[in-house]
Amino acid sequence: MKKADMVLVAVVILAAAISLFLGQFLKREGTFATVSVDGSVVAEYALDEDGTYAIKGADGGVNILVIEDGKAFLSEADCPDKLCVKQGSISKVGGSIICLPHKVVIEITGEGEKIQIDAVTQ
Amino acid sequence: MQLHNKPKKIAYYGLLIAVAFVLSYLESLIPAFVAVPGVKLGLTNLVVLIALEYFGYKEAFVINMIRILLVGLTFGNGFSLIYSFAGGILSFVMMVLLKKTGKFSLSGISVSGGVSHNLAQILVAAVILQSHALFYYLPVLLISGTVAGLVIGLISAEILKRLPKTF
Repeated sequence: MKKADMVLVAVVILAAAISLFLGQFLKREGTFATVSVDGSVVAEYALDEDGTYAIKGADGGVNILVIEDGKAFLSEADCPDKLCVKQGSISKVGGSIICLPHKVVIEITGEGEKIQIDAVTQ
Repeated sequence: MQLHNKPKKIAYYGLLIAVAFVLSYLESLIPAFVAVPGVKLGLTNLVVLIALEYFGYKEAFVINMIRILLVGLTFGNGFSLIYSFAGGILSFVMMVLLKKTGKFSLSGISVSGGVSHNLAQILVAAVILQSHALFYYLPVLLISGTVAGLVIGLISAEILKRLPKTF
């Protein structure tokens, strides 16, 4: 290990700490779970209404979204790695669950960030 | 450590690509430690580091591109290829830049490769998914890129110690 290596590692760790701090600091309790597939919003569910929804991902995949006790999580998915299911539940603004193979992003948004879409599907 | 025998060189390129293949497969067998997409050991970077030691930058780049393409076509799908190329290209550029300064050891070069690989993948995912939520994964991926980079750097140093200086 040379000095330059240690400086590099220190810089990266610092960047990680800063981004972690920023991410945590900006978190507030969320109001909506916004679902987007392949970059477009397809649905928005209020976190205070329990429900189970099937999301059709890109290339025909399916992810099952559950909203319960103000939290959102994926209970099932037919993608190969199921990392999205293992990610657990989210409830704070900015939090997200991402299924890369299905191009599905579940993101928690707050009052001031409600996305204007024509219809909210139930 | 330059090779001047062309057929021999080509044979070694093929060998390195084959090793990268096997390492990719082995890595796919390791279950994900963390539920975050993109956290992995980056074993195939071993091959890139070794290629950079023995061959020139252009040759190492070609080896890198070919192995990404072949591994991506064999194990992945069209969708994963773009992530692999983005990660592979940025990490290669960073590693070459650091190597050229002469101030970094294999560990530092490897860390830069691991971190930039993950950074590139987050950027590509953020663009494809049109979501800034990806950036919440930055801390995890920066740290895992660093740790993986250090481990791979150590392993490659040990391997290079045991390989002949010339073929």
